Amino acid sequence: MLSPKEFMHTSRLNENWIGFKTIVIKETMRIARIWIQTLVPPVIQMTLYFLIFGAFIGSRVGKMGGYSYMEFLAPGLIMMSVINNSYANVVSSFFGARFARHVEELQVSPMPNSLIILGFVVGGVIRGLAVGILVAAVALLFTHLHIAHPLITLSVVILTAVVFALGGFINAVFAKNFDDVTIIPTFVLTPLTYLGGVFYSISLLPHLWANVSKVNPILYMVNAFRYGILGVSDIGIGVAYGIIVLFIVVLFAVCEWLMYKGVGLRS
Amino acid sequence: MQALSIHGLTKTYGNGVVALKGIDFEVAQGEFTALLGPNGAGKTTTIGIVTSLVNKTSGTVKVFDYDIDTDIERAKSCIGLVPQEINFNQWEKPYDIVVNQAGYYGIPRALAKERAEKYLRQLQLWDKRHDVSRHLSGGMKRRLMIARALVHEPKLLMLDEPTAGVDIEIRRSMWEFLKKINKEGITIILTTHYLEEAENLCRRVAIIDHGEIILQGRTRDLLSKLRTETFVLNLRHPLGALPPFDGYAVTQVDDTTLEVEIDKSQNVNALFGLLSQNDIQVMSMRNKVNRLEELFVRLIEGKG
Ligand SMILES: Nc1ncnc2c1ncn2[C@@H]1O[C@H](COP(=O)(O)OP(=O)(O)O)[C@@H](O)[C@H]1O
Ligand SMILES: [Mg+2]
Repeated sequence: MLSPKEFMHTSRLNENWIGFKTIVIKETMRIARIWIQTLVPPVIQMTLYFLIFGAFIGSRVGKMGGYSYMEFLAPGLIMMSVINNSYANVVSSFFGARFARHVEELQVSPMPNSLIILGFVVGGVIRGLAVGILVAAVALLFTHLHIAHPLITLSVVILTAVVFALGGFINAVFAKNFDDVTIIPTFVLTPLTYLGGVFYSISLLPHLWANVSKVNPILYMVNAFRYGILGVSDIGIGVAYGIIVLFIVVLFAVCEWLMYKGVGLRS
Repeated sequence: MQALSIHGLTKTYGNGVVALKGIDFEVAQGEFTALLGPNGAGKTTTIGIVTSLVNKTSGTVKVFDYDIDTDIERAKSCIGLVPQEINFNQWEKPYDIVVNQAGYYGIPRALAKERAEKYLRQLQLWDKRHDVSRHLSGGMKRRLMIARALVHEPKLLMLDEPTAGVDIEIRRSMWEFLKKINKEGITIILTTHYLEEAENLCRRVAIIDHGEIILQGRTRDLLSKLRTETFVLNLRHPLGALPPFDGYAVTQVDDTTLEVEIDKSQNVNALFGLLSQNDIQVMSMRNKVNRLEELFVRLIEGKG
């Protein structure tokens, strides 16, 4: 028998779990409802990258990190699409919810802030993975993907998606209009991704630039993922996990704090 | 038990606007109360603070004894909110909106679907459940927000100007619906700037203006106050003792000033008869205007 207090506690947990699932269902329904915006563009974009860089140019590039350029490129492009889409999903969904005010449906409910954040983050991860799988399918048209370390591959891709989903959440909290939703992706995310070893191995860079590259967190994520698939990496895999987990902890704490303060939500 | 109890509530917005200047407001369980006041009085701010949409500056708010500072989740579970502005995702379908809202309150999906059907039917939206909600009429959108607010079966329903901009027929049917669910036990607080609405629906009313509650009590009492008028009479000669004025409430302010309260349906001629009989000569007479009356005039004229 549970004491009344224990009963209250477990029922509260259960209610929170239902609330969390509801957000995830709703986010997934949103991704599916507007699939032309959420799933198609990244696949088209990445197909073009595969064609231009992988097939047309890559055939002249020779080996990269001991693999054909196409093989080297594939994990990078998959990771790039996961990063972009997990971020994009949360930033547009949560900003949209603020803008059209249906975030109030959550604010008035007894859902704790952490689960609201988590619900949106899982939505972002689902979109990131969905696009990642589609891009991987496209990659299979050009090359074969043999996964060297499945567990590392999967955990790195999920944890990285969590990092950028959290980033998207913070961006959405501060955004005042739809332009603000694209500023960070354009001016921060894209450059860091392009310079983060998606297209090349930093061992090709002069010593100085290789070191500069190492302050770029995305480098670690892309390389860890590539290690999972190919078994080669420019950096230590343990460091990569450390950085990813650190980002998750810090970004989640920031999200919690913003929600607690009601930044962008409560005047 | 008080369904809502607010003490010393103040709100100053970031831009310096003082929206609430320390209000006290109590609503007993089972009541049907109006928060009546013109535009900008602070109604939405009050509702917003109670429902966690606005941060308070100071004061306490308790919902069924749960303090929103210490027991927010339980306080929230007791409340259903129908906001002033549309705030659902207009790209979603009414059915999904209501089912999902139940989910946020921890209601299992199967039960959520049953409830959604029950309330969408009650609010005559069942036929529209799979329409994109953007296409609903204004009245339907409001009813959808009522269904959404009821789906977790709250003990306290708060509606912020639910009938603003809704045509008469729909307004009446909404009134009937609210009366019915109040009879079934839900405490209701609604804000309005229509005196008529408060009069027709609410047993109790609190009048708010410029961030202050000017008056609260039974609607009937307030209305009877409204039906009287106070005249101030200046007398030629100082008056000693006050003679009896049958049927009039007369108070002596000083030697040469009387205040007479007269029901608006009463005849003033008889008063002058009584004055003459007692040899009291009136030099001048004016209507005493008080803030409440002024406010009521504004409310009645619908100027807000
Ligand atoms: N978010 C806000 N920021 C600044 N001032 C606000 C905000 N919301 C409302 N106000 C001001 O607070 C006062 C009370 O507004 P409100 O509570 O909306 O009144 P009501 O609902 O009675 O019309 C008004 O002067 C309004 O302009
Ligand atoms: Mg208002």
